[in-house]
Amino acid sequence: MASRPHFDIRRQPGFVAIALFTFAVLYLPIATLVAYAFNASDSVTVWGGLSLRWFVEASRNAAVQDAAWRSFVIATSAATVATIAATMAAIATTRTPPYRGLGFKYAFINQPLMVPEIVTAVALLIVFSRIKVWTGYSGLGYLILAHTAFCIPFAYLPIRARLESMDSSLERAAADLYATPWRAFRRVTLPLLRPGIIAGFMLAFVISLDDVVITEFVKSGGQDTLPTYMLGQIRREVTPEVNAIATAFLALSVLLVTVFFVINRKKA
Amino acid sequence: MMPEPAAAQDKRVAIEARGIVKQFGEGAGALRALDDVSVAIRENEFFTLLGPSGCGKTTLLRMIAGFEFPTEGAILLYGEDIAGLPPFKRPINTVFQSYALFPHLTVWENVAFGLEMLGRPRAEIAARVAEMLRLVRLEELARRRTDQISGGQAQRVALARALAPAPKVLLLDEPLSALDYKLRKEMQIELKRMQSETGITFVFVTHDQEEALTMSDRIAVMSRGRVLQIGTPWDIYDKPADRFVADFIGETNFITASVLGVEQGVATVRLSSGAEIPATIAEGLVPKSEATIVVRPEHARAVPAGGQLTGIVENVVYFGTDTHIHIKLAGGELFMVRQQNSRTQSCGFEVGDRAGIEIAPDAAQILRD
Repeated sequence: MASRPHFDIRRQPGFVAIALFTFAVLYLPIATLVAYAFNASDSVTVWGGLSLRWFVEASRNAAVQDAAWRSFVIATSAATVATIAATMAAIATTRTPPYRGLGFKYAFINQPLMVPEIVTAVALLIVFSRIKVWTGYSGLGYLILAHTAFCIPFAYLPIRARLESMDSSLERAAADLYATPWRAFRRVTLPLLRPGIIAGFMLAFVISLDDVVITEFVKSGGQDTLPTYMLGQIRREVTPEVNAIATAFLALSVLLVTVFFVINRKKA
Repeated sequence: MMPEPAAAQDKRVAIEARGIVKQFGEGAGALRALDDVSVAIRENEFFTLLGPSGCGKTTLLRMIAGFEFPTEGAILLYGEDIAGLPPFKRPINTVFQSYALFPHLTVWENVAFGLEMLGRPRAEIAARVAEMLRLVRLEELARRRTDQISGGQAQRVALARALAPAPKVLLLDEPLSALDYKLRKEMQIELKRMQSETGITFVFVTHDQEEALTMSDRIAVMSRGRVLQIGTPWDIYDKPADRFVADFIGETNFITASVLGVEQGVATVRLSSGAEIPATIAEGLVPKSEATIVVRPEHARAVPAGGQLTGIVENVVYFGTDTHIHIKLAGGELFMVRQQNSRTQSCGFEVGDRAGIEIAPDAAQILRD
């Protein structure tokens, strides 16, 4: 509130109560989940003492290992392809003089952010099941393709932000110093873009790792990822094993997001 | 055009803009950034494009560099039209206003960049970079990252980087505008030294008339996409072609006068006070009976009595080296006189004093309006 310099939202009545309530809603369930991951008993509601038992059990479970490995393969492949596509899209949309239809193009690239996930999931299910019948192929390719598609906008955003904040006279200087467009890209644009690309990749990786809805629709039998495996487990008997997997998952996500922020904050 | 020294006329033209038109947009909303601009810059010349912001000087520079393409006209480098060539195929380098040093490379790598892109052998690059760093006196900073050096040093790196590939023409886009006053003065002298040491043709863009006057061999004064006058600093300052040039370069008094007659290119004019003085005439101008004449403040003197004009002292401004005395004439016009200061004596005038103005015999010029 620039026009009211003495206005301070922290002094408004109820501010503290609302803030505490919001934080409780956000973090209490997660805190509970994490706490029970260290539960020694078989129950997710009855506390039986501190133990790493369920982490050990989860890591020894062949189905968990299998799902975790699959999640990793899909996330790595999808994030890689998405980041390459996003980098090209970001350059194409920022390194041209603005023209009519550019806004439409942004919307087009970011479409997966706006279309309800369930719609994409059903659409992919229908199309892919057709292709499965025609080709007889039912491998991981479908999941990788689907994940790539919804990862592109997430990879695109930090890369585009980086490009937009980059002084375009640097690329002009490269051209002025006899660099062909390709060499200017390799020697100047790409090295300066690297933090944005790494950030985009990690964001895409986390998003892919985390996906349930589209994966659940697109996967063939025996193609569980970690999140869909957990979903399947919860439908049967719930043990603190799920808490342990979720906690490990949370730790990984927090780690990646932290690295993402650190990279983005670092001045190149 | 103005008469020029014979030696200068012998030199070859290095870069020439011929009939350049640059139009942005179409139809009624079209904007002419450059309107039939022709400039011929000679080999080894320090040539300045001078004008206020938006006059088209930077557009013209970008066109020579290859970042902008003319709507009409030709850009000739030693007689060869290069208007269609991309920047990386032109043997022309630029010192950018923001310097545009590559932040991920060291000072040494920045200076080597152009030579590497040209595919020069490694030994040659090393020798040339060392030579350039010596030229700009930055040998000891070779391994520094470009964010670990000062603005003045960044400026020198930008210069060394642009000079390293030995371009046929060096373009400088307001390179001194980010520096503070003292550093700017130093760099003005440095730039002149580098130009004479390297023998490269410099095309310098600035809006700072003082900078243009002190550094240039010749100046093109631009306004609203047109070139108004091309000449030596002396030509531009003492024989301005029109009112804009006279007003933009230095400080000037404009007074109206009636033209009594012209003899051998010199007119006799009558001032509002009735006094008659001689006045030279701007190139190619046939004066009308009423004319604007221009007198530089340092070509007139304030005197206690006498003079061709009289008035009341309205303001006395002390500038260290000199004092400006603003005198209100009987007709209401303001006339400024600049007088050299002495260490022990004041200028002798105070606000409210009556003062006469003595105009030097060769001071006045009739202007095109």
